[in-house]
Amino acid sequence: MTGGFHIVVCGSIVPDPLQTLAPMEGPTGPSLKNEMMLPAVLDPWAGHALYEAAHLAKSVPGSKVWLVSLGPKAKLQQLMMTIAQKVSFELVVLDGPAGGFTDPCEVAAALAGAIEAIPGLDRSRLLLFGGCASASRDAGVTMQMVGEQLGINDQFLGIDELKVKPDGSFTVLERVEGGQYQSSSCVGAPAVLAWATGNLTEPPNNPQIGMMNMRTIMPALQKAQPAPVGASGVTYLNVDLPKQQRETRIVKDMSVDDIAQEIVTWIKS
Amino acid sequence: MTIDRQTMEVDIACVGFGPGMGGFLTTLSRAVVDENGMPLLESSSMPGMPLQVLCYERADDISFGVSGVVTKARSIRESFPDLNPADIPMTAEVSHEEVLYLLDPLGASRRSTGIKAVDMMAGLIADKDFSCKLPYIPPFLCKEPGLVLSVGQFTQWVGSQLMASGLVQIWPGMPVNEPLIEENRVVGIRLADQGVNKDGSATACFMPGMDIKASLTVVGDGPVGPVGQILDRHFGLPKDNHIREWAVGMKVVVELPESCTLPAGTVLHTIGFPEPEIFGFLYVYPDRVASLGIFVPSWFDSPVRTSYRYLQHWMMHPAIWKHIEGGTLRSWGAKTLGESGKRGEPFLVGDGYARIGEGSGSTNVLTGSGFDEAWATGVQLAEGVIELLKAGKPFTRENLDTAYVGRRRASWVDKEADQAKKARDGFQKGVLTGLIGMGLTGMTSGAINLGGEIKAPHERIPSLEEYCNGRIPTERIAEIKKESVSRGISMGDAIMDELGWPQIPLDGKLLISQQDALLMGGKVQAAPGFADHVDCLDPKLCDSCSPQLCVEICSGQALSYTEGGGMPQFDREKCVHCGACMWNCTKPLLKGQERCNIDFRGGAGGSHSAEN
Repeated sequence: MTGGFHIVVCGSIVPDPLQTLAPMEGPTGPSLKNEMMLPAVLDPWAGHALYEAAHLAKSVPGSKVWLVSLGPKAKLQQLMMTIAQKVSFELVVLDGPAGGFTDPCEVAAALAGAIEAIPGLDRSRLLLFGGCASASRDAGVTMQMVGEQLGINDQFLGIDELKVKPDGSFTVLERVEGGQYQSSSCVGAPAVLAWATGNLTEPPNNPQIGMMNMRTIMPALQKAQPAPVGASGVTYLNVDLPKQQRETRIVKDMSVDDIAQEIVTWIKS
Repeated sequence: MTIDRQTMEVDIACVGFGPGMGGFLTTLSRAVVDENGMPLLESSSMPGMPLQVLCYERADDISFGVSGVVTKARSIRESFPDLNPADIPMTAEVSHEEVLYLLDPLGASRRSTGIKAVDMMAGLIADKDFSCKLPYIPPFLCKEPGLVLSVGQFTQWVGSQLMASGLVQIWPGMPVNEPLIEENRVVGIRLADQGVNKDGSATACFMPGMDIKASLTVVGDGPVGPVGQILDRHFGLPKDNHIREWAVGMKVVVELPESCTLPAGTVLHTIGFPEPEIFGFLYVYPDRVASLGIFVPSWFDSPVRTSYRYLQHWMMHPAIWKHIEGGTLRSWGAKTLGESGKRGEPFLVGDGYARIGEGSGSTNVLTGSGFDEAWATGVQLAEGVIELLKAGKPFTRENLDTAYVGRRRASWVDKEADQAKKARDGFQKGVLTGLIGMGLTGMTSGAINLGGEIKAPHERIPSLEEYCNGRIPTERIAEIKKESVSRGISMGDAIMDELGWPQIPLDGKLLISQQDALLMGGKVQAAPGFADHVDCLDPKLCDSCSPQLCVEICSGQALSYTEGGGMPQFDREKCVHCGACMWNCTKPLLKGQERCNIDFRGGAGGSHSAEN
């Protein structure tokens, strides 16, 4: 293909995986306790999408990567200290909440609006990347809705592999029920590709990439537009922790066999 | 084999982002451009651009530092005259201070005759909670007016402002391996290799650590930082200086129960329990959250000084427990504190480099204050650097000596450090002598001190048999040694059981196992692709080492005995990078040398808690 892809990755922050999360009723609606104090990481699925995007851009000359992020500006800035060392991208920031109490439809509208406003973006070469779900934000619907709002009909969800041919067409492996993959072909951009885990490991920290990225990241943060995607107008009847949560149980003098048996029982259940 | 490394040129390369570096970068960044954004300090590495300043921090985030702090905050307030504590999470004005002498309600601690005499006197006036409030806090210990704060939240607050300025760059998750030294001039730093196995050998993803060349390298990597260590070994220490005194600070952050009435800003200091040598602290933050913990010093002559168990016994002392019972543990962490103070000061400057913060010997060992002093040294260096840059002078030893060291010597930091220099010498002879010595030093502004020969930690550790003499039969000690080594676990717990310390009634909420503390408290993680940063220089020396104090002291249980003995095993995913293993090693590498057998290098990962 000529000219390469314009790859836009949608991705934001989630609390660092081992943090203790407690929902609470805040002055502006439900939120996470101490949310702004907790360390944040790039949403894992979005992270895979970003690394795949950077990998693709490297292999298809003329390609470029944008990261469109909707989250609290201060936390995004801190996250960029880590992410910006790993892969090259241009950042677009929307300043808004990212704590899980947002409406995917509103989030999708804000993201789509920001993508449409990216200067120089060629929609005919657009590959819209993101996570197939978010660790905190949605039920796996946001990327679909962003694609719909941008008028992109070819959508692939739960991707683990993307193979691009020289003419710009590609095949993808999508996760489907029962641990199976569905293999699909597409004639090329524009398309939505919402990633599962992909196959790439997290890239190492590269100081030169960090230096390069920082020249555009700080101005992007300063230009961040507010995105009112909170819980305004939404009534939450109940807020609770997920059922699957860590429970500490103190057991002394348990034999290795008993431990193994308990794990087997847990897996079978 | 020569590795082809990429090189990047910057103006100033900084190592470690703690309070010292916060002071340096805050002060420097304010002088880089004018109000219109035009460079006032131009880059020589990138002509036409503002000064290029990069800071590399090994932890995965700038908020992952460990320390609950009470500080007079003199230098902080100078840097931020309009500081409002409410702007910084987990920060409060000091509202009330107490020093408590804790009696031993269990009868398990090791108390000298002198301490027993103190116990008897204190017992006459002690409260029901086995504590005795000191009627008077000497001025040198008093922190009012001051702040209590979480170093993690503070560095996050400072770092965010620095990054928002766009004038300096701070890169976490990037350990520095070593300084680059050419003909006794520091010319930059080498970052850690990535894409390597535990032993440092290359994998398919190998990315050699980049060389960052800079005309000035600012070293603020703390008391156990690898760059500081290498500089000390290369250049030595000034005459009569040595780094022999340390402590492990281990702490938790607790959400206090609703029944707790301690107001924000309360500061409690404790002495006397769980062992007379172990000090404790409790600082109350806003919103009913407290930071509390203990210090286990290098002069606590126990070959099994296991901090975690002691921390839990201290938490359960009635005088502390009454405040925290029913609370929830939110965070946990540990760090090494450099306790040598002015006596441990390295060469502060040399050609191409300068040292700031705790690793530069700035901690005041009389007042127990290091945060404020570290920040001040960073400010002083920045002022000197700005002066040299404006004058177009190079960063030579002489110029840095005039511009930075001169400022430091003329400041309150140095004057007070001079007075405090011998304040803790008495602890070499015992706790009581130490406390009296500190009092004398404080009351006479350093004119009178109680001396004591300062021994390196490895010179003072008795054998387990000596330590337990008369309390545990040698046959039982032999059994414990054998069982611990065969199971790969530390001996500390078994020894404490034998000495009469009761089991900790774990509740999964406030009193949790050490491994749960790693996960639920410290959220400890380690990214793959980095080499192990703890190693033994001469594995043979470990063969004859028992108990291995590096294993016993290990804050995260990352070091464990190897079945059959020998070099301990290291699990990087449990390491909190406190560095205690290094100074607790009981085997000098060569007889008469200060350096011990543990090689503690720069590594990635560790705590992922921002609340410590």
